[in-house]
Amino acid sequence: MAVVHNLAAARGVPPAPVATLRGVTRVYDGERRVEALGPIDLDLAEGEFFAVVGPSGCGKSTLLDVLSGLSRPTSGSITFEGRPVEGEVPDGVGVVFQEDASFAWLTVRDNVAFGLRRAGVDAAEIARRVDYAVGFMGLADFAAAYPAQLSGGMRQRVCIARTLVMRPRLILLDEPFGALDQQTRLLMGDELLRLWRETGATVLLITHALDEAAMLSDRVGVMSARPGRFIDLVETGWPRDRDSRIVSESRFGALTGRLWSNLREESLRAMGSKGAAA
Amino acid sequence: MSAALSADVRPARKPREGAFDGVIILVVVLALWQGVHLYAGESAIASPLATLTFLAEFLRTPVFWGHFGATMAAFGYAVAISSVLGVVLGLVLGVRRFAGDVAEPILAGLYSIPKVTLYPMILLIFGLGMSAKVAFGVIHGVVPIVLFTMNAVKNVSPVLLRTARAMRLSQPETIRTVLAPAVLPEMITGLRVGFSLTLLGVLIGEMFASQRGLGFLIVNGINLHNVRMTTGMIVAVIAFALIANGLLLSLDRRFGRTPGGGSRAA
Amino acid sequence: MTRNRAIVLARIGVVAGAVVLVEVLCRLGVINPLTLVAPSRMVFDLAGILASGDINRDIAYTATTIATALVLSVVLGIVLGVAVHALPRVRRALDPLLASYYSVPSFIFYPLFVAIFGLNTFPLIVLGMAFAVPAMMMSTMAGLDRIPRVLLKTARVHRLNRWETATRIVLPSATPYLFTGLKLAIAYAFIGVIAGEFIMASAGLGHSIAFAYEGFDNHTMYALMLFVLVVVTVMNMSLHAWEGRLMRRRIRA
Repeated sequence: MAVVHNLAAARGVPPAPVATLRGVTRVYDGERRVEALGPIDLDLAEGEFFAVVGPSGCGKSTLLDVLSGLSRPTSGSITFEGRPVEGEVPDGVGVVFQEDASFAWLTVRDNVAFGLRRAGVDAAEIARRVDYAVGFMGLADFAAAYPAQLSGGMRQRVCIARTLVMRPRLILLDEPFGALDQQTRLLMGDELLRLWRETGATVLLITHALDEAAMLSDRVGVMSARPGRFIDLVETGWPRDRDSRIVSESRFGALTGRLWSNLREESLRAMGSKGAAA
Repeated sequence: MSAALSADVRPARKPREGAFDGVIILVVVLALWQGVHLYAGESAIASPLATLTFLAEFLRTPVFWGHFGATMAAFGYAVAISSVLGVVLGLVLGVRRFAGDVAEPILAGLYSIPKVTLYPMILLIFGLGMSAKVAFGVIHGVVPIVLFTMNAVKNVSPVLLRTARAMRLSQPETIRTVLAPAVLPEMITGLRVGFSLTLLGVLIGEMFASQRGLGFLIVNGINLHNVRMTTGMIVAVIAFALIANGLLLSLDRRFGRTPGGGSRAA
Repeated sequence: MTRNRAIVLARIGVVAGAVVLVEVLCRLGVINPLTLVAPSRMVFDLAGILASGDINRDIAYTATTIATALVLSVVLGIVLGVAVHALPRVRRALDPLLASYYSVPSFIFYPLFVAIFGLNTFPLIVLGMAFAVPAMMMSTMAGLDRIPRVLLKTARVHRLNRWETATRIVLPSATPYLFTGLKLAIAYAFIGVIAGEFIMASAGLGHSIAFAYEGFDNHTMYALMLFVLVVVTVMNMSLHAWEGRLMRRRIRA
């Protein structure tokens, strides 16, 4: 994966990346051995918005699991802020999952405050941060509601707010908008961009939507079919101050086209129809 | 993808393992039984060996078959009445939504009251004998059958019926190819639950007031200090219940494979 | 809203109509008083019995027995459910046993329990537990099975330890299932204990009903039956209402 280093060098990335992956693989051992991931080499620059696209089943979620410390890589090493990540989620890393992870038994406010209360932050500070996050995610009118009373999109906002209040320096999102309709996705994308700009956090977004990746990120990593490896890294070159309206720019079409031309063959392989790829 | 993976990786249950488990459980149960026998003594519970020798002999006598026949006759009538009544009522209440909504909480209330309390009333109405046992079996068994059947009909997805209309199936065709297969799994589950409760009702009836049947033999064994009889008849009832339930479970599995045809216990 | 109201009214009408019908038939002598006494008479008799205090000891006896059986069943059921859930191998072996457990009428064990423990409250408690423990156990396992995996991942992201994960994620997540188990356990404890008292006992409500039956004392018998049915129904309805309130916020739109 020499390409990665060259690309990174060409961009003039700061010398110390926030997170690094070196030769990371993940193999599931069972009745049948499944090579799910890798080897992967990747540097995430501080404040970067990085998107990962790939055919279904290529190990995108596995990548997130090992990077966040939720599972250990079979081989290779991962660091976050210079310290190795080993089987535990490091402080400063926030994760938003694809599935609805809101706690049905807590109100929106209590959901958002969950992590802070555990961390022993004092009450006034909790109230301040929760108010801000709830307002920021447009949940102010629903602070006392239970998740069951909210739409799927709003529940996902609760989860994002719950992550946001912890002030993570690295936010990992696993297809967070996967279950939402297209219009809601675009608007949620805008909010994610706003959040990214205001917090200055590094973001890694896993998605299967090529337009989402092209619109939101600074850099897109295209993964191969299983075992997932990066086969292309695409710089989008968007200004930091951007929103979903860039979908009308001609370069957006070209970017999405490039992602798809890379991905088409891999997707066909993932579908199991290798012959059709030619 | 993790779900697909775990499905790939998880080893399938082998039939050999199942048989092995069965043997282990049997051994554990027999050991427990022997343990209780040793702890409580000969006058409280017979040992496995003594019970089995007793059974081997008693099962060859016409006395046993007389009582067994009495229980089976009551049980058979009760099951037949519960099933027919339950399925018909369930279908009607499922189709007539309003009546169904009116009836459901009443039925659920009837389901969870201790119906034993009502047995003296049944006895006063039907008199001591076969018909009281049958009636008591029916009031235990009919309610779950109604409830399961009604819910099965109510839960038939409207999209299935719209599909049938889109394919221009005639009404009999719709019933035969869409409705019946959609309703059947839950109905069979209801019948299984109703079947168990009917047996329970008949046996309680026999234990409380009766001169015939396996339930009577169990209580009579205690009153006459014939512990082998009590233990043996308990084993006989368990064996019958398990065999019958096993048959119904296999039916449940064959027809219950469709979504919504859950086979939850109790 | 109007349909819901119509349903409730119709339901009240059906129940009230049935009671009135029985009342009229009894008053007209169509139903023999040796078979069934009029509902109004049952209420009158029950009021008399309760006012006299004759039955208080039996009520207290039965209530204590049921409560003991219930508490033990819930605790044991949850403990066993958690333990078996944690041991998949044991669980696979027990599965067929649990699936057919309720097909065996557990009452048949009652005479044995009496023979082993003597004719006191102990066999009744054991019988109540024989009914209620497996229900609580299976509900517990169902609740644990259905905890979304993403919530357990979220717990790890928040770096909760095992105890915190159990109390803050697993327990609240499984609550609806535990509640179902509790409801079943209550119904089963009632059925088990009262049926046991009915068949063989020296005290308790079930015993009093059986005793009145054998003494041809229909007035006492029906009054006590009414008492048991009213208590159980009121309890079921309040549990149902409580569950509805608890679950309203949990049911996804």
